Amino acid sequence: MAQSAVIRRNIVESLEATVKRPLEIAGNTKIAADLGLDSLAIMDFIMELEDRLDLSIPLNRIAEVETIDDLVRTIEELKEDAK
Amino acid sequence: MTILAKFSPLRDTYVSLKGQGYDPFQLSFDTITSPTEGTLNGRPVLLLGTNNYLGLTYDPACIDKAVEAVKTRGTGTTGSRIANGTYEGHAALEASLARFYGRKHAMVFTTGYQANLGVLSTLAGKGDHLIIDADSHASIYDGVKLGNAAVHRFRHNDPEDLYKRLRRIEGEPGDKLIVIEGIYSMMGDCAPLREIAAVKRETGAYLLVDEAHSLGVLGARGRGLAEAAGVEADVDFIVGTFSKSLGSVGGFCLADLDGFDILRVACRPYMFTASLPPSVVASTLEALNQLELQPELRLRLRANAQQLYSGLESLGLELGPHVNPIISITMPNPEAAIAFWSRLLEAGIYLNLSLPPATPNGRSLLRSSISAAHTPAQIDRAIATIAAIGRDLGVVPSADMSETRLRRSVAE
Repeated sequence: MAQSAVIRRNIVESLEATVKRPLEIAGNTKIAADLGLDSLAIMDFIMELEDRLDLSIPLNRIAEVETIDDLVRTIEELKEDAK
Repeated sequence: MTILAKFSPLRDTYVSLKGQGYDPFQLSFDTITSPTEGTLNGRPVLLLGTNNYLGLTYDPACIDKAVEAVKTRGTGTTGSRIANGTYEGHAALEASLARFYGRKHAMVFTTGYQANLGVLSTLAGKGDHLIIDADSHASIYDGVKLGNAAVHRFRHNDPEDLYKRLRRIEGEPGDKLIVIEGIYSMMGDCAPLREIAAVKRETGAYLLVDEAHSLGVLGARGRGLAEAAGVEADVDFIVGTFSKSLGSVGGFCLADLDGFDILRVACRPYMFTASLPPSVVASTLEALNQLELQPELRLRLRANAQQLYSGLESLGLELGPHVNPIISITMPNPEAAIAFWSRLLEAGIYLNLSLPPATPNGRSLLRSSISAAHTPAQIDRAIATIAAIGRDLGVVPSADMSETRLRRSVAE
């Protein structure tokens, strides 16, 4: 599986684990506005995702993220930086 | 559509909250008459949610010092210390704090919030890393947001999780600063500081402890959790506030690190705000003195906390894990919390209503904070009132219910 697909799958699983229900998610889904996640829920979701990917996703990098695609891109950049 | 349109969802939530009882964000007392009493809508109210841990807001010596200072030094400094200069009181307070904590350097801020804002945004710069507890106070979240460091969040009070997250950034350049609190303001629980200090030593990170709620509360001399846990040598920076156990307003940061004073010309929330007025500085200095002169206040505070905690626990209510002066009752849902809180207010008891997302794990809390100034009779009255309202609302089971049924009803 391509790296971005793995990241995307982990994002969906982490989101579902956070909201505790199955979700219909597309690349342009807005994490806060469309999924109704408050600021704390978003941080908890990121924490879950960090553990799944064994990667640190600093909160300051999340500030710019609005959609699922934004988040995939940010994570790819972080993985690139870590190399 | 105006610039305020973006607040419509928040406004809707707020309006529906207000519709269920009193407005918890705009509560207005007619008067406050002592550390534990005031009046609201013409009726007496017992204050059980003011963080006035030692009850020093009405201490005669503190009041005298404040009065003397306002008469001789005026009502305010009208500016920052870099512009208007340091008054002798500011320097004396910093010296007194440094002596009390046995530290080389002390820096006073205008509020505790600004202390975190200033220290966190300045100490850790671009390329550095801040590793903060997930349940950190808003001032810590805002402080780390103001700076340019990478911000990592670890699971609340979990040293292993902290270690894991530090390992993830092990090879990355930059300094690492772990940020924790002595007593957490929502659930009143203490950080496992000995274990966190061990992680700090192993990973070579710096450690900052915010003792806002633990100064004057924990430790043999009242210095806070680091003293109580016996790990003061591992703590590089102590942040705290004057607005709780010292009964005034203001914040501070202490350190032994050589060159720490450079922050006075680098830390914007210190540099570009008015300094504390002389009366506040004078009462704070005296409160620190009283904290040392009256260790019995701390003992009374502990006894009072134990009395309230045990009383509420015996009702089968779900409380935080540690007996501290912050005692929060977890409610089944926000509606129950709002109803309970409003009924308590009508019965003459004021405590804090804390709702998500300001609370950990989406909890709805009735948050109380106990004072050394509370009498055992006041605490008994609070417990009895909470029991009566709780039974009426079905949150506390009637006295004859079994323990099992009780727990189930709380869970539901």
